[in-house]
Amino acid sequence: MQLIQKVRALVGDPDFQQGARDMASPSLGLAAWGLVTGVTMVKSGLSLPLACGMSLLVFAGSAQLTALPLIASGAPLWVLLATAFCVNLRFVIFSAQWRSYWAHLPRWRRLLNGYLSADLNFVYFVKRYPDPVPKPGQQRYFWGGVAINWPTWQVCAFAGIFLADRIPTQWGIGFAGVLALLGLSYALLSERLLWWVAVTAGAVSIATYSLPLKLNILCAIIAAGAVGWWLDARKVRHE
Amino acid sequence: MSEAMTWVALFGLAAISVLTRSFFMISEQPLPIPDWLRELLKVAPLAALVAVVAPEIFMTQGHVITTWQDARWPAAVAATGYYFWRKGILGTILVGMAVMLPLKLGLGW
Repeated sequence: MQLIQKVRALVGDPDFQQGARDMASPSLGLAAWGLVTGVTMVKSGLSLPLACGMSLLVFAGSAQLTALPLIASGAPLWVLLATAFCVNLRFVIFSAQWRSYWAHLPRWRRLLNGYLSADLNFVYFVKRYPDPVPKPGQQRYFWGGVAINWPTWQVCAFAGIFLADRIPTQWGIGFAGVLALLGLSYALLSERLLWWVAVTAGAVSIATYSLPLKLNILCAIIAAGAVGWWLDARKVRHE
Repeated sequence: MSEAMTWVALFGLAAISVLTRSFFMISEQPLPIPDWLRELLKVAPLAALVAVVAPEIFMTQGHVITTWQDARWPAAVAATGYYFWRKGILGTILVGMAVMLPLKLGLGW
């Protein structure tokens, strides 16, 4: 009874509603992205329970899409996890920012908030609270966003999972996942220097493709990191 | 990967989600972030994505494609064009698929 009252108070809260409204505006894009992820999981060979499990457990679109070709080709677990970690490194950067808002919470709450905070949650939260200090209402605003983001993502991913078998394999719908990753890569090209990083990563990944254990991915990341480092150092020297 | 092994991988990936998203919130004390780490964190996500995407577009069964009759590269070019025109990821996917499907199904590329 108390729980129902608490939930009702939360849903009626203006901060919660604002969080939900802000998250609703990009939800069409989020829905399409979830749908593509759902279809791709099944098309890359995951069984229905595995695909559902992946969506509910991992809850990270780009890491899921990146992991799928690796799972399909039987890459070793450590390569899979290391690659997913690298794809998720942007969240590591976000978490440094989240800390300034959530540091006062107990650890399990910090981890829960962290787990549920996808890209959009971060973008909208930081837009609404540009000063990195705790303020009343932030928790409720955050949960309003989660209340839209999480179900939208899961419902659409499940729709994709169950619709996937209606689509013939030879259509190559899984390529939509590759295109999604391509678009996401372009979205990360915020500086000219990063183009060279991307070209290096792509070329090294293809050149070292015949290495066992999908080590080409790690080679590409290390080479790209070195190129980024070198270009940055050169830029600083010229300034 | 076997079914059981894939489940292990999924729990591992879930752990990675929690670990990366709360990385600097795990410890009670704030962790210092050195400059070189900031630098590496900046390029690693892009590098990891491109490293996965490039072979999926330009390679077939472990070899670089030698024929231009492959539906994937025109799709990638069209998707790229759309992205830099309009910036939306959804449109990028739709345009790429709209180019790939006719080439693949109609011409058998």
